[in-house]
Amino acid sequence: MWLNRDIVSIGDLSVEEIMEVLDRANKMLPYASTGHPRKPLADKIVATLFYEPSTRTRLSFESAAMRLGARVLSLGSLEESSVAKGETLSDTIRIINSYSDAIVLRHPSEGAARLASEYADVPVINAGDGAGQHPTQTLLDMFTIWKELGQINGKSIGFVGDLKYGRTVHSLSKALSLFDVSLYFISPEELKIPKHIKRDIEKRIPVKETKNLDEIIESLDVLYVTRIQKERFPDIEEYKKVAGVYVIRPSLLSRGRKNLIVMHPLPRVDEIPAEIDNLPQAKYFKQASNGIPVRMAILDMILGSE
Amino acid sequence: MTEEKMLKVEKIRRGTVIDHIPVGRAFKVLKILKISTDPGVTVSIAIHVKSKKMGLKDVVKIEDRILDSSELNKIALIAEGGTITIVEDYSVIKKFVVKLPDIITGILKCSNARCVSNTESVIKPSFTLLSKNPLSIKCHYCEREMETDEIMDSIL
Repeated sequence: MWLNRDIVSIGDLSVEEIMEVLDRANKMLPYASTGHPRKPLADKIVATLFYEPSTRTRLSFESAAMRLGARVLSLGSLEESSVAKGETLSDTIRIINSYSDAIVLRHPSEGAARLASEYADVPVINAGDGAGQHPTQTLLDMFTIWKELGQINGKSIGFVGDLKYGRTVHSLSKALSLFDVSLYFISPEELKIPKHIKRDIEKRIPVKETKNLDEIIESLDVLYVTRIQKERFPDIEEYKKVAGVYVIRPSLLSRGRKNLIVMHPLPRVDEIPAEIDNLPQAKYFKQASNGIPVRMAILDMILGSE
Repeated sequence: MTEEKMLKVEKIRRGTVIDHIPVGRAFKVLKILKISTDPGVTVSIAIHVKSKKMGLKDVVKIEDRILDSSELNKIALIAEGGTITIVEDYSVIKKFVVKLPDIITGILKCSNARCVSNTESVIKPSFTLLSKNPLSIKCHYCEREMETDEIMDSIL
């Protein structure tokens, strides 16, 4: 049942429901750049409430809503809003609730979207809550794997880089573990995947942890690269040493499987040099553009055009 | 006379006896009940008591104080399976085993400082019990999983 459903955490969705979203996103794909001819959400208003800047995610949601014919209400600058006057999130949500048919929320506090969903009658979509959940990012990542490789089951996915703090890695690896996949976690010692996440995943599927990307590149169907942030290291020299090891080179990719794809949640810094962009394995820009059909699918499902 | 039997004869007139506390946790029980600093309450503590069931256990007796359900839930967090005996006029009027509910609300805060439950005053922190042994719970809001040590430090 999708009508009026909140999309707060990827953990709320079953495998069947994830596949339903991917399937619907695939149907939206032809309209992602031209707009849906039927304008199924023409009588709907979608509010985007971004308490922290994330221009790309906001624009992607707003574009998706507009492609379906919906109108968009956007929270203006925070300095001028009641947020700046100290209004609680729950109060703001109760007000916005009456202005719109769905609320897209980005907030620095983890769990903010869950809270909002308890105060809103209209569905709430989590567009990122601090270091917590960002379910539409996870869904667009899964859509990219599914679309590029034909299926998710049977695939080997390697995550490389900052696996400790990267929330996209945490959510995506948990969601993938519901499928029949093998996961590889490749990171320096300081940035290993948190134990509780690994423990949870290992209940369902095999997991391999290593520091050495070279030795496992040939086993992978997907190489999911994340940025290693300077701020995580007290010593800049230490950072340089670690970050340099995980730069993706053409020579590395040439040793990979024929259909290997390289993904990245963006923005990237040095971990994927521009020379990779034109290789057939590079799918990160396509991955970003998949945000539109996936968000169109979700908006269409929860606002009930069919 | 075994130590266990000796404890049984030291009856209190009115109050609460908490038995079968995992060894080493008696002082934590006092801490979470906030009675270690209250001079108006007489407390007897027995630690490293031999127990057939547990090997060693701790026991706490609190005079003239009947614990409420929120306090019992807090005890369940650190002494799941502990036995509570309520005494009035030297007789046992109620005896039961403390159990953790599947949803734990209002007795501890989330250990994640960035969790919305720590910033929005209107909400009560709420947790789902994932496992009793080892103790593990998950925040309803931020989904942070907490284990024994973190839980101890987060009891309200």
